[in-house]
Amino acid sequence: MTTNRRRWRDLPLALAMLAPSLVVLVTFVLYPLGRAVWLGHQRCDPTGNRCSSNGWDQYVDVFRSREFQQAFGVTFRFALVTVPVGLALGVGLAVLADKQLRGIGFFRTVFSSTVATSVAVASLMWFFLLNPSVGVLADWIGGVAKNPGLLRDEDTALWAVAVSSVWANLGFTFIVVTAGLQSIPAELYESAYVDGASGWTRFTNVTVPMLGPTLLFVGVVLTSRAFQSYGEFDLLTGGGPNGSTTSLTYLVYGTNSVIKSNDGLQAAVAVLLFVVLLALSILQIRGVERRIHYGD
Amino acid sequence: MATSTLPRGWRAAGRYGLLTAVAVVVLFPIWVMVVGAFKPFGDVLQDPLLPTSVTLETLRTAWRDGNLGRALVNSTIVSLIVTMAQLVTSVLSAYAFAFLRFPGRTFAFGVFLATLLVPFEATVVVNRSTIQDLDWLNSFQGLAAPFLATAFGTFLLRQVFLQLPKDLREAARMDGLGHLGFMREVAVPLARPSLGALALFGFLSSWNQYLWPTVISTDDDWNTVQSGLRTLSQAQIDKPNLVIAGTVIVALPIFLVLLVFQRQLVRGLTAGAVKG
Repeated sequence: MTTNRRRWRDLPLALAMLAPSLVVLVTFVLYPLGRAVWLGHQRCDPTGNRCSSNGWDQYVDVFRSREFQQAFGVTFRFALVTVPVGLALGVGLAVLADKQLRGIGFFRTVFSSTVATSVAVASLMWFFLLNPSVGVLADWIGGVAKNPGLLRDEDTALWAVAVSSVWANLGFTFIVVTAGLQSIPAELYESAYVDGASGWTRFTNVTVPMLGPTLLFVGVVLTSRAFQSYGEFDLLTGGGPNGSTTSLTYLVYGTNSVIKSNDGLQAAVAVLLFVVLLALSILQIRGVERRIHYGD
Repeated sequence: MATSTLPRGWRAAGRYGLLTAVAVVVLFPIWVMVVGAFKPFGDVLQDPLLPTSVTLETLRTAWRDGNLGRALVNSTIVSLIVTMAQLVTSVLSAYAFAFLRFPGRTFAFGVFLATLLVPFEATVVVNRSTIQDLDWLNSFQGLAAPFLATAFGTFLLRQVFLQLPKDLREAARMDGLGHLGFMREVAVPLARPSLGALALFGFLSSWNQYLWPTVISTDDDWNTVQSGLRTLSQAQIDKPNLVIAGTVIVALPIFLVLLVFQRQLVRGLTAGAVKG
């Protein structure tokens, strides 16, 4: 009886405290998702003004369309390259710098530094490096890098964007993995050493399993970032050449997108992007959870 | 292991060599950018790796043509609004979840949790028309509105509050402190390290927003530094080192901020990785 009364007595205060967050989150996160699901079944005229219901088949139509499938393929390949490569490089750097050496702080700061670059800064840096007429990298690589340029060739553009993205995310991965490494108890390494485990065996049998939760976290963040990448494509390639770097986000928001002023189709693609990301995070967590070790 | 038979000094030297080589690769794009930004216009083809001719003229032109002073002010104001608002909204909601028992708590918690699953990029189509309906295009409130609250901050602080000893609340109650007093006098001061991490994290993610300002700032005067760089790069596509000078101007302040607040950054970035 008394506990029940206390529950109700706290309610007004709780509501007042939750209200500011709830107003923002409902208005700008949950409502837009619901509204996008609704908009996604509307067909609009080219000016984007008059929309009418087109039936829920529109989702199926969009899913089957060549544009969506191409953008999905682009996004998927982009993630398939940037996530494992970014993880491997980040872990490599973190292991390399995980030693008590004089001056190691300097190297750690350097390896973390790319975390300070926004997507616009990182992209324009690489745009400069890869610029076929003045870029240093273009000069060194030569061939297709000079003419027409790595970002302007259909076969290389996506991978050039991927390089820029991996570089930009390196600092984040390095910082988080370094923190993960430092939380591994030193005794584990000592007993493995006493048991005669070599450096590589210690890495695969102690470091990797103990890093499990950290790697899962970084993997999920990198995957979700890869699927939501927009600025790289907008600044480096503008979705081109020939749609070879039109990601799902670029298909929705890009200046050169074919569905640029069609709210209904844009919403439909955005909703499908949400569904893909949701499925991915569930898969990723389910699949890896069984194999990782949660230290207590 | 073959390496363990080598003398200690050689192994240390090898590691330093490797560390240096990797550092050079990581810093290479930054170096080329900085060198390019200090070169005069016509000179950008000459020695792109060495600052053979140094001038401030390119930086000055980029500052003026890109309207970057205005963009820096806009970004600073928007990011400060977002940071302050996130601190307030997160503290309040985290406190409610940690210390209050009320009907519907599980449901409210579920609502917060659900927002973590929605990618921001999927909501921009609708959020743009919401801001348009509010007549907030080209305004600070329009640039800041969607980021004023975060479930991430709520969960981070709730975790901190839950770890405070239970006796604290009891003792405070004996002293006649209500919930608001306890929050202000005890809970918030004890959560200061996490508040610092959340503040830096909020500032950084707001500063780095790219898609949102390109959608909301249709007038160049309302560009943030990120959308300002986009405008500059599109207007000056044939002047690569002017664009790169603008990029240096935009990158520099945040480099300095992060150099000072490294510890808060690490805490903020790893918050999701720590079990809790």
